[in-house]
Amino acid sequence: MKLPTVARIVFAILLSVSIMGSFGCSVMEIKPWVSPYERNNLADPIMSFNRSPVASAYLHHVYQAREGARGAEGGSGGGCGCN
Amino acid sequence: MVVTKHLLRAIAGTWLLIGSATQAAILPEDRADVMYHGYDGGGLQVVGPSVLVRKGFKDTVSVWSNYYIDMITSASVDVMATASEYEEERDEKSIGVDYLHGKTFMGLSYTNSEEDDYSANSVRFGISQDFFGDLTTLGISYGRAWDTVYRNGDLNFEEETTRQNYRVDFSQIITKNMIVNLNYEGVTDEGFLNNPYRQVRYLDADSARGYEYESEIYPRTKTSSATAIRALYYLPYRVSLKGEYRYYTDTWGTNAWNVEFAYVHPLPKGITLDVKYRYYSQTAADFYSDLFDRQSAQNFLARDKELGTFVSHTAGVGISYEFKPGWMPFFKKGEASLFVDYIRFDYDDFRDVTVAGGNAGSEPLYGFHSIVTRAFISFWY
Repeated sequence: MKLPTVARIVFAILLSVSIMGSFGCSVMEIKPWVSPYERNNLADPIMSFNRSPVASAYLHHVYQAREGARGAEGGSGGGCGCN
Repeated sequence: MVVTKHLLRAIAGTWLLIGSATQAAILPEDRADVMYHGYDGGGLQVVGPSVLVRKGFKDTVSVWSNYYIDMITSASVDVMATASEYEEERDEKSIGVDYLHGKTFMGLSYTNSEEDDYSANSVRFGISQDFFGDLTTLGISYGRAWDTVYRNGDLNFEEETTRQNYRVDFSQIITKNMIVNLNYEGVTDEGFLNNPYRQVRYLDADSARGYEYESEIYPRTKTSSATAIRALYYLPYRVSLKGEYRYYTDTWGTNAWNVEFAYVHPLPKGITLDVKYRYYSQTAADFYSDLFDRQSAQNFLARDKELGTFVSHTAGVGISYEFKPGWMPFFKKGEASLFVDYIRFDYDDFRDVTVAGGNAGSEPLYGFHSIVTRAFISFWY
């Protein structure tokens, strides 16, 4: 079965990263442009894509029940039960 | 008699916490959440509890479990057009284990969902890895689900559905204040995909109301692709802004997209305020119609409004209060939260047949709003 265009793009990204990884340490040890000591803000709980898993799971559950779209919800979902 | 978006049931459950896999270098925190959830809109009420517990061991293994109940009372426009109000309960149980080895994070989970006319089981495995000084995280996962569909009042009815999910997550730290996440998910279904109760309507000159009903018929396969990009930005005065765009397409002809903007603002005394807005738009499936020209007008027939053309707007607010539970020294901290969302749906090609009078096909277009409530308390230990 032929994959949709978006899927091919995404898997191309995945493949590229894998190939870069396969070059070994020289690539893997690229000096990070954001040092670990500069990541305080990123480590703040308000910078989480899924700060309250149980709550966002329920809202995605509602969206899935009411909408035709599905998938790529950002790491949470939660079954169904709505008519 | 619930089977509405049954094809989605088993997909979602095992995602509950696997999203944490995008933060590969650490295990999720030990925490417990107890939530009351409520949905009220369009003649449908759903309430129930959800309990989620996660516990780590030796910084390498974290196990979690979730128990979730939907108690449903439905008198939606679909139900009232061809049947009468009903009540039902759905129980969902999930367990999972995450394993961290160096910069590699692995997660395995299982979910079971049961109701009187639907049984769903699913498993999922995911792996993610940090690269480039931990600025980049790449994760992939695969899930498989097995569902059995029954029909109340018909002991001879039993159908099967299988489903596979493929997912790729890519997260990138852009600056010390910004992170971006790219997410793709493909889903393939095979088997019985429609609702054994739902009916479509067609024009019938012999009927007093001008139309009659027949059972819907869906294709037995479906493949969908969803791609999303999200970004989080940290403002200097400790506020985060989130933006999201998602695009969806499937082999049934439905295309959809949504955007979302969120704002999280911690206030003094442990209070955090959340505000958000989401816009969603979709086009109808190829075989959807509110009113077919005649009986058996085509091979596939659908009148599920979730397959129609519509837009929705969601506005949500949330407030959380963090506290030190000194009376329970076992816990490091606690948080009480209340989130409420208002959702407005407006359909372009689904008419409200419960409105009396008028000719078939000239009824008013349907629209409704819902209130979604989540009240929960969380403890970290």
